[in-house]
Amino acid sequence: MSSTTKPIHIQDGAPSDVEEIKIESDYLRGNLIETMNDSISSGIPDDDNRLMKFHGSYLQDDRDLRVERQRQKLEPAYQFMIRVRTPAGFATPKQWLVMDELAHKYGNGTLKLTTRQAFQMHGILKWNMKKNIQEMNDALLDSIAACGDVNRNVMCSPNPNQSSVHAEIYEWSKKLSLDLLPQTTAYHEIWLDEEKVVDTAGEEVEPIYGATYLPRKFKIGIAVPPMNDIDVFSQDIGLIAIVEDEKLVGFNVAVGGGMGMAHGDEQTYPQLGRLIGFVPTDQVVDVAKHLMMIQRDNGNRSVRKYARFKYTIDSRGLDWLISELHSRLGWELEETRPYHFDHNGDRYGWVPAENDRWNYTFFIENGRVRDTENYKLMTALREIAEIHTGDFRLSPNQNLVLGDVADSNKNNIEEIIAKYGLESPAEQSALRRNSMACVALPTCGLAMAEAERYLPSLITKIEGLLDEAGLGDEEIVTRMTGCPNGCARPAIAELGFIGKGPGKYNMYLGGGFTGQRLSKIYRENIGEEEILSELGPILKRYAKERDDGEHFGDFVIRAGIVAETTDGTNFHKV
Amino acid sequence: MALQVSNSPFSEEQVELLNRLLPSITETQQSWLSGYLTAISSASVPSGGVAVLERPAIEVPTAVKEITVLYGSQTGNGQGIAEQAAAKLKEQSFDVTIQSMNDFKPNNLKKIENLLLVVSTHGEGDPPDTALPFFEFLHGKRAPKLDHLHYSVLALGDSSYEFFCKTGADFDQKLSDLGAVQLAPRVDCDLDYDEPAAQWLAAVEVSLEIQTGGQAAAASVEVETTSSTQYSRTNPFNAEVLENINLNGRGSNKETRHVEISLEGSGLTYEPGDSVGIFPTNNSDLIDEIIKVGDWNAEETVEINSQGERRALRIALLNHLEVTVLTRPLLEKLSNYSKSEELKRLLNKENTDELRAYVDGRDLLDALTDFGPVEASEQQLVGILRKLPARLYSIASSLEANPEEVHLTIGVVRYEAHGRDRQGVCSIQCAENLEPGDTLPIYIHKNYNFRLPANSGTPIIMIGPGTGIAPFRSFIEERSETGAEGKSWLFFGDQHYVTDFYYQTEWQNYVKDGALTRLDVAFSRDTDEKVYVQHRMKQASQELYQWIEEGAVIYVCGDEQNMAKDVHATLLEILQQEGGKSLEEAEAFITQLVQEKRYQRDVY
Repeated sequence: MSSTTKPIHIQDGAPSDVEEIKIESDYLRGNLIETMNDSISSGIPDDDNRLMKFHGSYLQDDRDLRVERQRQKLEPAYQFMIRVRTPAGFATPKQWLVMDELAHKYGNGTLKLTTRQAFQMHGILKWNMKKNIQEMNDALLDSIAACGDVNRNVMCSPNPNQSSVHAEIYEWSKKLSLDLLPQTTAYHEIWLDEEKVVDTAGEEVEPIYGATYLPRKFKIGIAVPPMNDIDVFSQDIGLIAIVEDEKLVGFNVAVGGGMGMAHGDEQTYPQLGRLIGFVPTDQVVDVAKHLMMIQRDNGNRSVRKYARFKYTIDSRGLDWLISELHSRLGWELEETRPYHFDHNGDRYGWVPAENDRWNYTFFIENGRVRDTENYKLMTALREIAEIHTGDFRLSPNQNLVLGDVADSNKNNIEEIIAKYGLESPAEQSALRRNSMACVALPTCGLAMAEAERYLPSLITKIEGLLDEAGLGDEEIVTRMTGCPNGCARPAIAELGFIGKGPGKYNMYLGGGFTGQRLSKIYRENIGEEEILSELGPILKRYAKERDDGEHFGDFVIRAGIVAETTDGTNFHKV
Repeated sequence: MALQVSNSPFSEEQVELLNRLLPSITETQQSWLSGYLTAISSASVPSGGVAVLERPAIEVPTAVKEITVLYGSQTGNGQGIAEQAAAKLKEQSFDVTIQSMNDFKPNNLKKIENLLLVVSTHGEGDPPDTALPFFEFLHGKRAPKLDHLHYSVLALGDSSYEFFCKTGADFDQKLSDLGAVQLAPRVDCDLDYDEPAAQWLAAVEVSLEIQTGGQAAAASVEVETTSSTQYSRTNPFNAEVLENINLNGRGSNKETRHVEISLEGSGLTYEPGDSVGIFPTNNSDLIDEIIKVGDWNAEETVEINSQGERRALRIALLNHLEVTVLTRPLLEKLSNYSKSEELKRLLNKENTDELRAYVDGRDLLDALTDFGPVEASEQQLVGILRKLPARLYSIASSLEANPEEVHLTIGVVRYEAHGRDRQGVCSIQCAENLEPGDTLPIYIHKNYNFRLPANSGTPIIMIGPGTGIAPFRSFIEERSETGAEGKSWLFFGDQHYVTDFYYQTEWQNYVKDGALTRLDVAFSRDTDEKVYVQHRMKQASQELYQWIEEGAVIYVCGDEQNMAKDVHATLLEILQQEGGKSLEEAEAFITQLVQEKRYQRDVY
């Protein structure tokens, strides 16, 4: 391949400034100790904020107040977001209580359950960060590598007690998380006041990552068929658990999924993971490690928007990746095994588990746990945490699973649910229960439009359209993000909205109900009125013309309303 | 002008000789003679040996009558009055020496014959900082006999405080005890001091005239003729408001206005440290309520001052009279029109404590309600009330940096007391009824006791929590604009970091570009333990002491009751801890700092 035809995604320039910051940082230390102590600003400089991400946190500001405060000669209302790494979304009741307490003590009084099964706290002031992290640490919670150019929180279907196989798979997600964790002790020095460990000569500080870590974020998730709740094809490495004769035998491996893109740059696109084979259970960590190191060595470190694994693969071809992996492993993956997905949502309400145990899944709208005047969700969950003997699991759809509920405790929990009127999921429309939104405004620095604060009211209006069309209880996966980075995975929704500007969204149709297909843009840069006027007739037509059991995402393609997106590389082709 | 036995220390024979000689000598001779006499008196000092006059004095005293005017002034009002008096006396050919009490050498008391004191009272009847050493001297063992001295005291105060004009009264009593004779009786001035001060000076002049046998005869009068374009306290400038913003972010317990005002066309100038006086307008709802309760006629015209100016009652109450503060004199006058036994009982001297508790937080409307009905005419009501005083605000800008503008930092006062919401007269006007384009009657109030050091290289330490930050914004703007190379250190504090960090982005920039060397902040309600500026000072005590050793000037601005006292105590601690001084030595050191103008306070 001559240099003139070299694919645009392959690095062709000097490392970006972020690479410099990483090298200079002495393994993620930077000047964080000093800048966190600087009392003249409640913010920190950009360079340190880049490093802060590796510690699971970053500086934001209340964008609602930005202009007003500038006029008042006040700096922006700076505050830190902290993301707590909980592999597979697992937390004990005690940990739930600690998060609840910290949210009130240092945060804005709410918790956000993220689309990657982590806790997020918003609104922490600079001088409370250290205490916050220390109190988390006392409860065995940390935020190491929850953001930054590293392997992020490992996702996994959150129903471990459904069967012993589920429990085993959960253990693998924990092991993946632990084995791919950065090894620097910077976090412990900066936040926990631990002594700096003297470097032993010749010993590699970061044997997997090296001094510059990865070119960008890296995501791993494990799905347990038939549920694709974690959206396995949206991950850099998606693992599909293969259970044969009620035993976990290994995982199908999908590589190069990712949701992010940039408006106006068609060289960026969402992509689904491609299956490259099957790995026996005990080799899975090795495979993940080598795939990550292939990205470490080949990802684009010059242009960050081209630095995701998907572009590394697409620019060189899947065959290149497979042979690179096989040569690094010294052995080859097996043939992909058969599997079947039927949904990427959650199963709400009570679900029986093994040994007379139960799981209960709450619908948490947009993952926001808080009390409002009429709906004391946070208080109710706190009361449940005080009596619950099992565990809490954050679902990949921003919901909450109460796991391992003892039969004897089921009534007590039901009483609390009734006492606080936590709407039984059946009372929420199917549309709402299958919806997700990212945080967006006012705290996310990337947001171009509202998401979490707006989607609920838009859903109410779409519910009206569904009723008119006679589709009252139709499950349509609806997702909204405030920017094209895609935290709520809108590009694989049947109905997707990606923020373009204040009150304006690109509208996408045709994603697959089980997370197996990307969507296609239907209308660009439209506001609510147009969204509703466009959607009404389509829904009516769907009601009339759909085949038996045909999902909305499949219908719009069959009906020719949008073309099918067969690969991320043709996502933008209309 | 002629010498007499009565106005000089000479005998009749000497007077005659001198009167024959003096009218005939030329100016040069006069000058030579005065130098010669001075030299003789120096030579007569036993230890002295200097008798040669190298350079005869050039400025020749043309008046035989000397008079010394001393002022003890915190806010500058006293100084202003003293300067006016001095100017007037100079025009009448008196040999006037005007000084701050701080700068006056007490031993000179023996040498002077006429002394005017202008002094204010603060806190619990305390003298202003700059009057303290002189006050203590007179009350101490070293105070000399003053039989030769003629004097008069003008006392400044605020009758809403218990110890109204106490310092003036103390000086008056002490001077009399030491044998000095009054030129004119002491006059105690309330906030509207212009008229009584003028009357006092007139009485002093008459007395001096008698002494000097008509020296001042023809002169006087002229002084008040100010040109119509010269704006002052008595002729305020209607200034346009350019900007009015709340400096407190959302969620704050406070509201603090940053008000930018245009001086265009006024010719007014100021220096960092000066204040702006604003003549406010009373809350119209409150005025309407007062008129209703008293059953007065809002449109009835009343005389509002001794010049005979007339206004409708409602306008007079809105713009010219104070209705938000109760004082003993007010209640005493009110009792003439009320049959209330309770009011009479309260005014009984035995019930002073109870009266003090009653007036605290109450206003005219309360008194009218509690002690009504009040059978006073509209004009009699006016007679009960004090003039609405101007409100002084430390200037928060540098004229160098903002030509033809002045900026103020105004803390808005709102509170609930005795079942009613109450408001600061001026601050609430700024908060609720003042938009760009509106005008405010203002004047510049000089504050000579709060000045940047003359040497721009001198380090400065500024302690200004809350709205006390205002003059320091002015200082740093000035130093930044003029490229001053001196180090600067600011201590600021308030309740909450996020919402109450006044001028935060400006300070950040000044720190970044070096105009401000160091900034230490303390926010009292962000953490479990309350942290104030004095705690930050203590934490940095070693460096603070070093700065003081290097000659730094220390400025304190803001709350007097708590902050300034705590800061003062902390300074004493630091001097002891870091300087190895005893408490007495530390106190003496601070006294010296005050005298050297290296410890300046603008507290309220």
